[in-house]
Amino acid sequence: MTLQSEVEVTARPRASAISYAARIFVKIGVLPILVVVALITFSMMSDNFLTVDNIHSALRQNSYIIIATLGQFVVLLAGGFDLSIGAITALVSVSTAMTMSAQTGSPLAAVATGIVVGVGVGMACGLINGLGVASFNINPFIMTLATASVFSGLALMLTSGVPVSGLPVEFSDWLGFGSVFGIGISIWIAALAALILWVLLTLTRPGRHIYSVGSSPRAARLSGVSEFRTLILAYVTAGALAAVGSVLLTARIETGEANIGASLPLQTIAAAVIGGVSLRGGSGRVLDAVLGAVFIGIVANGMNLAQINSYYQMIVTGVVLALAVVADRLRTRLASAVYAGKV
Amino acid sequence: MTHPDHEVVLRVRGLTKKYPGVTALDRVDFELRKGEVHVLFGENGAGKSTLISIISGAQHPDGGTIEVNGRPVELAGVAAARALGISAVFQEFSLMPTMTVAENLVMGAEPGRYGIINRRAVRRLAQERLDEFDFRISPDRLVETLSRAEQQMVEIAKAFRPELSVLILDEPTASLTEEESERLFSLVEEARGRGIGIVYITHRMAEIRRLADRVTVLRDGRLITTVPGGTPDDELINLMTGRVVEDLYPELPEAGTRVVLAARDLSTFDGTVRNASFELRAGEIVGFAGLMGSGKSTAARACFGLERVDSGTLTIGGADLTGAKPARVMRSGVVYLPSDRKTEGLFLNRPLRESVTLPWLRREPMSAGLVLRPGRERAVAGDMLRRMKLSPADPERTADSYSGGNQQKGLLGRALLGDCGTYLLDEPTVGVDVGARVTIYDQIVELARQGNAVLVISSELPEILHLCHRVYVFAHGTITAELRQDDINEETILRHMMHWDEPAKEIA
Repeated sequence: MTLQSEVEVTARPRASAISYAARIFVKIGVLPILVVVALITFSMMSDNFLTVDNIHSALRQNSYIIIATLGQFVVLLAGGFDLSIGAITALVSVSTAMTMSAQTGSPLAAVATGIVVGVGVGMACGLINGLGVASFNINPFIMTLATASVFSGLALMLTSGVPVSGLPVEFSDWLGFGSVFGIGISIWIAALAALILWVLLTLTRPGRHIYSVGSSPRAARLSGVSEFRTLILAYVTAGALAAVGSVLLTARIETGEANIGASLPLQTIAAAVIGGVSLRGGSGRVLDAVLGAVFIGIVANGMNLAQINSYYQMIVTGVVLALAVVADRLRTRLASAVYAGKV
Repeated sequence: MTHPDHEVVLRVRGLTKKYPGVTALDRVDFELRKGEVHVLFGENGAGKSTLISIISGAQHPDGGTIEVNGRPVELAGVAAARALGISAVFQEFSLMPTMTVAENLVMGAEPGRYGIINRRAVRRLAQERLDEFDFRISPDRLVETLSRAEQQMVEIAKAFRPELSVLILDEPTASLTEEESERLFSLVEEARGRGIGIVYITHRMAEIRRLADRVTVLRDGRLITTVPGGTPDDELINLMTGRVVEDLYPELPEAGTRVVLAARDLSTFDGTVRNASFELRAGEIVGFAGLMGSGKSTAARACFGLERVDSGTLTIGGADLTGAKPARVMRSGVVYLPSDRKTEGLFLNRPLRESVTLPWLRREPMSAGLVLRPGRERAVAGDMLRRMKLSPADPERTADSYSGGNQQKGLLGRALLGDCGTYLLDEPTVGVDVGARVTIYDQIVELARQGNAVLVISSELPEILHLCHRVYVFAHGTITAELRQDDINEETILRHMMHWDEPAKEIA
């Protein structure tokens, strides 16, 4: 024991700067570093980047991705995947728009029923995913890949591939472009969704069950947790969140589209992973998922302003995703070294 | 049994290995002769694993020398050790599950030319290897379709090469049934006959009696002594723990009589348990003894709703709960502590607190309706960890950052937190050091004193002997004996454990 402490005393000061950096990295993770790097880079490339207006509009444009990422995040926590999240977005967009345009009464009633139907459709889609995964024990990757095909097929069938127009103007005025206290409504809604999800996950028993089923389904079962109910809850929540995001997107583009959301499954998984959510389940915080999605939005916006070709943007997103995963591995390894007192 | 010339194939002197904060091996001497089975015996954390991982080249010592056949060597890695004829079979297999037996057997030395593998030669070589040991496994089968025992056979066949001189086996029977273990023993005996030196790690006294030529006892990284194979069990345990066996176990309170759980002619769907009848009573500690695969664990799991029941009845607190789900069984006051804490017990990447409180979150101080009260929950978990003497007793550290002993104490803490009335404890001290054992035994006896019914399922005979009021002995899925306090002794239990195994030998 005495030998050990002597070694520490002599070894500590020499590496203190590096060890300090390593400790900070272990504590905060890779995302804040990426955000700072992105902010500096883009503000140097474009004067318009670091302005309140630009940040606001970037957030507003990306609020539906943030909300969809929250949905993906819940399923990831429970140890699953949702590849159908884009197809749900399309189907919800179409059904919301068709419900609204079919009504002739007051615009308020049309918008309200449209939203209710849309969210209901999203939850039904989530329920189907959940039933497949929970009761038939189908691999979530395959189950949601299959339902993705079914849901987009349905959306195309309902519209024959033609965008649904004729929505009440109030719908896009309020939800697409409206503001409260100078901040876009869709940003408020995204923040509210994140808050509600945080309460569900950290302050309620069903939320805790989602973490435990994702961390170890067998241990959860032995603790009397119903894996079935928990998985259903996770997938239905994901469906509902995807639907909310879809309603906002529909309001913004002012039509119901059957071919939106194709890139969402990968975007949302990438956002969650960049935020530090574990793909193995049971680990991650709401804030991580939100920041991951915001980061992806910032990068896209910054590159748009810097007039970088969108093909390059795809490449950059992919590279950042891979780097984030590598950095996370490094962090896990460093963390054990820090715990062991080696750094 | 030792080779006549007593030739030493492997000798280590003053071997030392340090990890941050721990000295895993402290100047350990060890020698292995040709044709002997040399058992390494010690608690978890005593240094056995570190010693064999150095001998097999997987780790480098911080000090000391290694000699193979009288010549000092540096083991740069596993490949270097293999080149010197040293092979190890660890508990984690090194087989590729999606490849065939033959492909696995020749891996790394595939016959062929110009980089093209000669598949016929692969099959022939593999078949020769299998024939040599009389293994009746087709070389074309995929490894993932083999039973665990068969995989172990393949692993051993892979370790056997013409130049093999030292074979290291790390708890080889840990997951084998009796019959499979028997085949392994004859294999070990055959290897010994060929003059191979065998380092054998086991916790099981029966295997030491059966196989050991010599036993080296390690404790806290130090060499205690090396004794001949016939040394009595009590003496070995004494050497291993540094205490007299009886000191580990607290005195048992008077046993109660009120029956709280009763199984009648219970049979499981998979046939592992057949027509088992047993009772648990309030204020009594009951033991389930038996070999691996005897059904002792399955019977308890069936009570908790984890195994499908085929026939028979299960009554808990007067209610018929045959085939009920775990959640339902828990509501009637039964809690089960799984033997495999990593896959069935803990949420490894979550704070330990969550593993401790999860089943009981519904209870008063920790939640109101569906809403949790994090402050109260943290306090409850922290209190329990301190009561179980965890170090550090920090409920917010992730479960996987704790040692095995601390994890097990945390899990037992979870069971205690339920304040349930009936406790089914499956191998409550598996992979746990002596200090943690004493805490666990104290808590178990305290449970009985408070009037709870406790079931201890254990492969450790001393626990059955010293911790239980009453013992059911399992063999081949049935209960072969029910023993009361005065009848509980090693000989009787062992005889009933082997009941159908060696009737011929008993007569002889």
